[in-house]
Amino acid sequence: MTTLTQARPGALATAWARIWRSRRLVERNIMVYRHQWIIILSGVFEPIFYLLGIGLGLGGIIEEVRLQNGQVVAYAAYVAPALVATAAMNGAVFETIFNVFFKLNYAKTYEGVLSTPMGITEIAIGEMLWALMRAALYAIAMFVIMLIMGLVLSPLGILMVPAALLVAAAFAAAGLAGTSYLRTVNDFDVPMGLIVMPMFLFSGTFFPIERVLPDWLVTIVQLTPLYHGINLIRGLSTGIIGIGQLWGLLYLVVFFAVCLWIAMRQMERKLIK
Amino acid sequence: MTVLAASGRVWQRNWLVYKRLWHRSLAFGFLQPVLFLTAMGIGIGALLTPSSLEAFGGVPYIDWLGPGLLAAMAMQTATFESTYPIMNRIMWGRNYEAMLSTPVGIRSIVLGELGWTAFRIGSLAAVFLVVLALFGIVRTPLAVLAVPFATLVGVAFAACLIAFTATQKNDVGFSAIFRFVINPLFLFSGTFFPLTNLPEPLRAVAWATPLFHGVELIRGSVLDQLDPVTAPLHLAYLLIMFGVGAWFAERTLTRRMAG
Repeated sequence: MTTLTQARPGALATAWARIWRSRRLVERNIMVYRHQWIIILSGVFEPIFYLLGIGLGLGGIIEEVRLQNGQVVAYAAYVAPALVATAAMNGAVFETIFNVFFKLNYAKTYEGVLSTPMGITEIAIGEMLWALMRAALYAIAMFVIMLIMGLVLSPLGILMVPAALLVAAAFAAAGLAGTSYLRTVNDFDVPMGLIVMPMFLFSGTFFPIERVLPDWLVTIVQLTPLYHGINLIRGLSTGIIGIGQLWGLLYLVVFFAVCLWIAMRQMERKLIK
Repeated sequence: MTVLAASGRVWQRNWLVYKRLWHRSLAFGFLQPVLFLTAMGIGIGALLTPSSLEAFGGVPYIDWLGPGLLAAMAMQTATFESTYPIMNRIMWGRNYEAMLSTPVGIRSIVLGELGWTAFRIGSLAAVFLVVLALFGIVRTPLAVLAVPFATLVGVAFAACLIAFTATQKNDVGFSAIFRFVINPLFLFSGTFFPLTNLPEPLRAVAWATPLFHGVELIRGSVLDQLDPVTAPLHLAYLLIMFGVGAWFAERTLTRRMAG
């Protein structure tokens, strides 16, 4: 019995070996982007422009927002943490939807990868880690801007970065899962126009939805991941943490796990015929 | 075949491709303004106090925002359609190469593509105007002018972007254009907040940029605030931008297809 366990690595060791091996896919992506770094870097500026345009431009007129506990914050301090969450989402989703779709259907990159010791798990984990790195860049850049502009109101704000990584991981897994269902480039309209954009607009990014939207719509929004990501990150930035944020944390972890499972299953179905 | 007749064939080619997708395109063209107006117009509008509405000329925020978004949509759609799809016809799908082996020339290709953009933006602007009317934003029959104004914004951007795309060897530059040109124009052209809220030097820059002029024209027509002095100036800016862009587009595309 003992000899057997020694001869074969345990499940945990195998899992770790797979995760470790998936770094090769990350290395591959880094090499490809070495000459196209502007594509990744330019994404840093998107949330910054939104913060300047909406947060400060409109903020000059709106001035203050009352939070759920009655505390009043400047509009820019209200919008900025939400933009950390949307930056994490966008970084993860762009990578796992557009780029993975291209590699899956046109470049046939993964068929090449599969002819090496790497398997489906390594591909899924590798793409997710890479998307996570890209999203982390955006979230950290936004966090630094917030620090400089004095928009982080609580010491808990330091936890915004790991929270943003969780949001990014959740959306990277969701993107991977969703991409395998797309057939042509025209299908991008569906995830972007029907899911990502409405979430961006209605998840409490720019206004407190509980105060403005009808109850049934609030309930629907509360079922979606970006709402919880924004709620969590805004809670950390303002220091107002309650049961809602804990639920959000749990939601995102479960959402991540379910999506990753679907993503692996779908990729296997698509790549191994 | 005359230049115009040939450009009609280029237009027709795009139509044949689009024919299978038009219902989806117009459905999204309807949905997007509904979502934006509900979220930004009603949501952000709820945060504004009656006194702060003076910044928007006394009209409700959603009324002020709606026409601005129409101008922005015209810019964004025209820009997108003039980058990746044009690149596809230049080098990935090589459709232009095939066209040039027929009596179709470069000038007809540029004219045909711009005519196609005009049709696309015009139809989307008409749908957008219906949405504005449904939200009760339209004040005057003069608002129908918003459709040709939006179309002009679209072709002006399309002409400049086709000229740019023809000089590019890969699609890396497009990300830079979207992030550093289109996105700032979207946010800082008086779409979401009046330019009077910007610091003085930035305001001067904003006045020199194209989307601002489109926003002014379209907002003026929808809210019945067209100014007989400034409106011709806005119009002239966009017409010149279109003319210069189209001239460059023909030049850069000629050079590209010869090389």
